[in-house]
Amino acid sequence: MIVNNINDLKAWKKQCPKKADYKINVLVCNGTSCMSSDSEMIAKMIEKELEKRSIEAEIRIIKTGCFGFCGQGPIIKIEPDDITYVQVKVEDVNDIVDSHLVHRTLVERLLYKEPNEKDQIKDGSGMKFYKKQMRIALRNCGEIDPENIEDYIVNDGYLALAKVLEEYSPEDVISIIKKSSLRGRGGGGFPTGLKWELTRKVKSDQKYIVCNADEGDPGAFMDRSILEGDPHSILEAMMIAGYAIGANHGLIYIRAEYGVATERLRKAIAAAKKAGLIGENIFGTEFSFDIEIKLGAGAFVCGEETALIHSMEGLRGEPTKKPPFPSEAGYRNKPTSVNNVETFANIPAIIINGPEWFSSIGTKSSKGTKVFALAGQIRNNGLVEVPMGTTFNEIVYEIGGGHPEGKEIKAIQIGGPSGGVITKEFFDMEIDYDSLQSKGAMMGSGGMIIMDEDTDMVQVAKFYLDFTQDESCGKCTPCRIGTKRMYEILERLVNMEGSPEDLNKLKVLGENIKSTSLCGLGQTAPNPVLSTMKYFKEEYEAYAYRTKKRAYSIDPNLCVGCTKCARNCPVSCISGSVREVHIIDESKCIACGACYEACPVNAIIKP
Amino acid sequence: MIRKILDMSTLDKSLLNELDDYILSLEGKKEEHLIHVLHKAQSLFGYLPQNLQLYIARKLDLPAARVNGVVTFYSFFNEKPVGKYTISVCMGTACFVKGADKVLDRVMEVTGTKKGEMSKDGLFTIKDVRCIGACGLAPVLTINDKVYGKVKPKDVDDIIRHYRSIQNDRK
Repeated sequence: MIVNNINDLKAWKKQCPKKADYKINVLVCNGTSCMSSDSEMIAKMIEKELEKRSIEAEIRIIKTGCFGFCGQGPIIKIEPDDITYVQVKVEDVNDIVDSHLVHRTLVERLLYKEPNEKDQIKDGSGMKFYKKQMRIALRNCGEIDPENIEDYIVNDGYLALAKVLEEYSPEDVISIIKKSSLRGRGGGGFPTGLKWELTRKVKSDQKYIVCNADEGDPGAFMDRSILEGDPHSILEAMMIAGYAIGANHGLIYIRAEYGVATERLRKAIAAAKKAGLIGENIFGTEFSFDIEIKLGAGAFVCGEETALIHSMEGLRGEPTKKPPFPSEAGYRNKPTSVNNVETFANIPAIIINGPEWFSSIGTKSSKGTKVFALAGQIRNNGLVEVPMGTTFNEIVYEIGGGHPEGKEIKAIQIGGPSGGVITKEFFDMEIDYDSLQSKGAMMGSGGMIIMDEDTDMVQVAKFYLDFTQDESCGKCTPCRIGTKRMYEILERLVNMEGSPEDLNKLKVLGENIKSTSLCGLGQTAPNPVLSTMKYFKEEYEAYAYRTKKRAYSIDPNLCVGCTKCARNCPVSCISGSVREVHIIDESKCIACGACYEACPVNAIIKP
Repeated sequence: MIRKILDMSTLDKSLLNELDDYILSLEGKKEEHLIHVLHKAQSLFGYLPQNLQLYIARKLDLPAARVNGVVTFYSFFNEKPVGKYTISVCMGTACFVKGADKVLDRVMEVTGTKKGEMSKDGLFTIKDVRCIGACGLAPVLTINDKVYGKVKPKDVDDIIRHYRSIQNDRK
């Protein structure tokens, strides 16, 4: 099908196969996470089994993008029955086909069971994990086949672009986005409409739209899931942005590590080109647009827009001073608007539903939804999209299901290596850009790492600093040398070789790096340290005053002498015979925690 | 200092031809495609020895220092040869808090190879990598393109044994 105008698109939409055309739709998650647990194989086997039984015509298998509930993968959803099966294995295929698809009886053992509750849950919407979610950016993820353009068209795909080209002037588009109050989802939260307006205002023969898909924050994977699950929405949004700022060329800068996402983007671009949706005179208008993919090569700093632009030009990904901003002189020195994947994913929905709809969701300063990646010590790992203003308590305990072993959660690290920690006293805080900033953290790209009572916050800070000092591009001194010195101080502290003076040094150094570094990487690198120092001062002091107890011990009143701890100790530092109280040699203990995990009566005391 | 003369004649001719064809197919300014050319070269040769970097520099009409500067800037590019299987242990935050360091230790122990190096038999290269975005499966390691999730240190032995056995079967 070749689309020459909006009517062609509408006619195409009518012809496209819909879910309703099939008796049953079997949605198999083919996100990276589920694929690593053989979901691709599972889909293939279901297909084969259906062919064997000659029922393949009435049942469609859809290999979708990420459902979000990655901790329970691989996931299979069956529509219209609205049944979700979790942790499906290759061996379960026969049961699903025979029982469910042929005889229409549930395979109960594969249903999800809410912890501490008896009943199994049949449908996705009934799961606590999904109840509080609202999916805008992830609207098509887990719903459609990302490699089939017709699946996107059926869900109003490219309709927003058609509407924009037929009904709106570029200025109208900018004012709609401004009215929606959409802010950049990549980190800083800069208003998207304003960014476009600034880029539009600069006069130039050539401008560029760049999609920043260099998702580098450890613990964040929303951009990848969107690209894998709904690549066309990004292409459509880039063209809308191109029309708004007056650009006819788009570039997607994507991490080389994201193989599946890159492949799906390539296929999506090819399919859109074939349909005339990317190319010359789109929808029969004057507007032409082309999109190319630029691969990264593993450098965290390239998430910073000036560094990203240099990397796209085939240079070392080092940042440059702003101004000039990319909106004035970006890629090839031409005005460039760099927007993040999740930001783009919101655009078509805003155009179709209107800016008022979007700005009615969220808090006073932050509108719409945000996708968070839940990871760490939490029962339900995965991607969640919630309205701005949702509290940490709701995300951690209602959606996330709390700690997997019921331990106390003491902090959440948000915003990756640029962010900070939120402690449990603030878990009832409504999350938005400004509330996080007021607590010394930041939205970042939305990675949330849940940390329990056992987590050593000084080690966590050291982990982040190890990351940033390694990823520092080396161009400016405060970041290159400062972060290294901070790391050395932290190392000294955890090796019990530090002194109380070090704490002050860390603080002063951190503040100086923040105020003098060239780009966002350096300006935010000390945040994990400063924020953990603020809220967990006693943990730092324990190291600085060398009072930190580093060995485990055994409560003699609780020990039953089962010998399990001694058998599990990797350095054999636990002595004692059967039915006698055991003793840990504290000078040999390496604090690995193996005994703690092994003890059946909770007699091991943590350091 | 003794200058080492880089000998480009030792590079495999047929692979170079393939690389040349790729460079020819690129549109626009060649130097902007440097990173893509390096990706291609690494996929062909396995790594980017200095003589290959010099070859690429000549081909794209760039100073060799510029090519080397880019190769050494990005962690994806290797200047040293890599094993048949690259074992990458994710050191992202989610994996870290779930004990990825212990998994890495076990990998190094079982293969007898240090981080960033190739095992003596040329079978494995061990790397610690930045978040691969499969945090739901933490801790994660990948072997070439295959992802292993929720890996415990004791699982490492079986995984490595599996790759060693495929290798032996081929022999």
